[in-house]
Amino acid sequence: MALSREEVEHIARLARVGMSEEDLEVFGVQLSHILEQFKVLNEVDTEGVPPTSHTVDLSNVFRDDEERDSLAQEEALANAPRRDGDYFRVKPVLG
Amino acid sequence: MNASQPLHDLTIHEAAGLLARRELSSVELTEAVLARIEDVDERVKAFVTVTGERAMEEARESDERRVSGGVGPLDGVPMMLKDNLCTRGIPTTCASKMLQNFVPPYDAHVTERLRESGAVMVGKGNLDEFAMGSSTENSAYFATRNPWDLGRAPGGSSGGATAAVSAGEAMYALGSDTGGSIRQPASFCGVVGLKPTYGAVSRYGLVAFGSSLDQVGPVTKDVRDSALAMNAIAGHDARDSTSVPFEPPDYTEALVPDIKGMKIGVPREYFVEGMGEDVKDVMERAIARLEDLGAEVDRDVSLPHTKYALAVYYIIAPSEASANLARYDGVKYGHSAQEAGSMWEAMERTREEGFGPEVKRRIMLGTYALSSGYYDAYYLKAQKVRTLIRREFEEAFERYDALVAPTCPTPAFELGAKTEDPVQMYLSDICTIPANIAGIPAMSVPAGFSFGLPVGMQMMAKAFGEPTLFRLAYAYEQSMGWRHLRAPV
Repeated sequence: MALSREEVEHIARLARVGMSEEDLEVFGVQLSHILEQFKVLNEVDTEGVPPTSHTVDLSNVFRDDEERDSLAQEEALANAPRRDGDYFRVKPVLG
Repeated sequence: MNASQPLHDLTIHEAAGLLARRELSSVELTEAVLARIEDVDERVKAFVTVTGERAMEEARESDERRVSGGVGPLDGVPMMLKDNLCTRGIPTTCASKMLQNFVPPYDAHVTERLRESGAVMVGKGNLDEFAMGSSTENSAYFATRNPWDLGRAPGGSSGGATAAVSAGEAMYALGSDTGGSIRQPASFCGVVGLKPTYGAVSRYGLVAFGSSLDQVGPVTKDVRDSALAMNAIAGHDARDSTSVPFEPPDYTEALVPDIKGMKIGVPREYFVEGMGEDVKDVMERAIARLEDLGAEVDRDVSLPHTKYALAVYYIIAPSEASANLARYDGVKYGHSAQEAGSMWEAMERTREEGFGPEVKRRIMLGTYALSSGYYDAYYLKAQKVRTLIRREFEEAFERYDALVAPTCPTPAFELGAKTEDPVQMYLSDICTIPANIAGIPAMSVPAGFSFGLPVGMQMMAKAFGEPTLFRLAYAYEQSMGWRHLRAPV
């Protein structure tokens, strides 16, 4: 199936990845080609087959609610591109 | 070891023997490995970062520890970590512009384990950006070259790790394997690569790609070294919620060169269309050798769902990647677009500038597969077929102790040969992907050559069947009569 330009733009927006005109075109062609390969799965009968999300027999792993060491504030902020005192600084969200 | 053998050529166990007998110091060994890096890495380009000063410091500490005795086999032995394994205070870039200046405030679980074992880290290995690729050409910095032929790719994504070990730039390395990223480059570079059972080694501090598929594993010169490295890194870690609580055995106890009566299956679906006669010939001889050693080989096993594994993988891995890589927003760490006005614009620009084409391709693919209206058709469908692939392996392992197959349909390809066509590159993982889908352990061991290029044989066992793999691989390796292969670089 071929993705339309609008669909590629929509996916890029959902993924929050900026794209040039050329990117939109190239990714449109490549993604369409890759999606074509997935058609093969339609021939598999999966009626009544449960999905596998991971392969270990574990679910809901809990631990006791005990205090323990965590990253120090300075360390957590050390890689911040922009900071303001003890905070991460972000661009305006509104407006 | 003989007198003419250079120190950088040693395996872990050979080096450990010399260190234990005080015939060699860690300082001497580390100097030799750093000199080797200095000598060949300009051509091989396996390292993103060389940590020479720190390595010498660790080597001196190891020599001091040894005076009081009681040190383990990895103590004082130089190694490399793939650059998607976090190292406190040392850049961890994932070979991406996004993390070019990222210095982790903590160590990965495996980094901690190796530090506790006294390992000497000589540097961080190149990879396809965020481990997405099969040739290490997707590195945002430079392509690593295959030490057997510098015009060819080392495979990927752990190509820096396998090239370094093959060229003697580290005694061993740790890589990560999501769809074959340890085994395929191990096959291309003539070294031993193990993808452990999912959940056997903690993923804490491994930069996430496809969380239900990612595993950390060793790249080594021989099978004994692989067992030694696994002894150090396997086991439960509460910081990874998919880490399985189990008591790992001493894997070196499985190194017994006897496979009489071992039941081995050869699944025909792995001999894919387009596989070279050279690879088939190597496999045929390797399988005949296993029979000579007394294994009962069934050459006509069928795992019919194998042909769906590639499609399942290229839905599940990008879907998980698109969620995992959402964290790169230019706020907490990593690249951040400076000129943007609003937060949303900043985020889009940050990700446009910071990610390379393959990473964007997979994020887009995963976002699409998970998006409203397509989830059932792609992601859910892939998860169901994943169940069928798992079941097929489980049934096979009721009949066979292990399965053997080619690691890759071809030996190392030329640089640039597959970079234009993503689907061609994806096909390079066709024989390795099923083990990740099923969560089972799989290992690639050198099995022969095609026109001077190494070809690997893949061995697979049921979940937590690593000892079976070690026994089989060790018996095979010992029978071949070659010490580990040395690349002519």
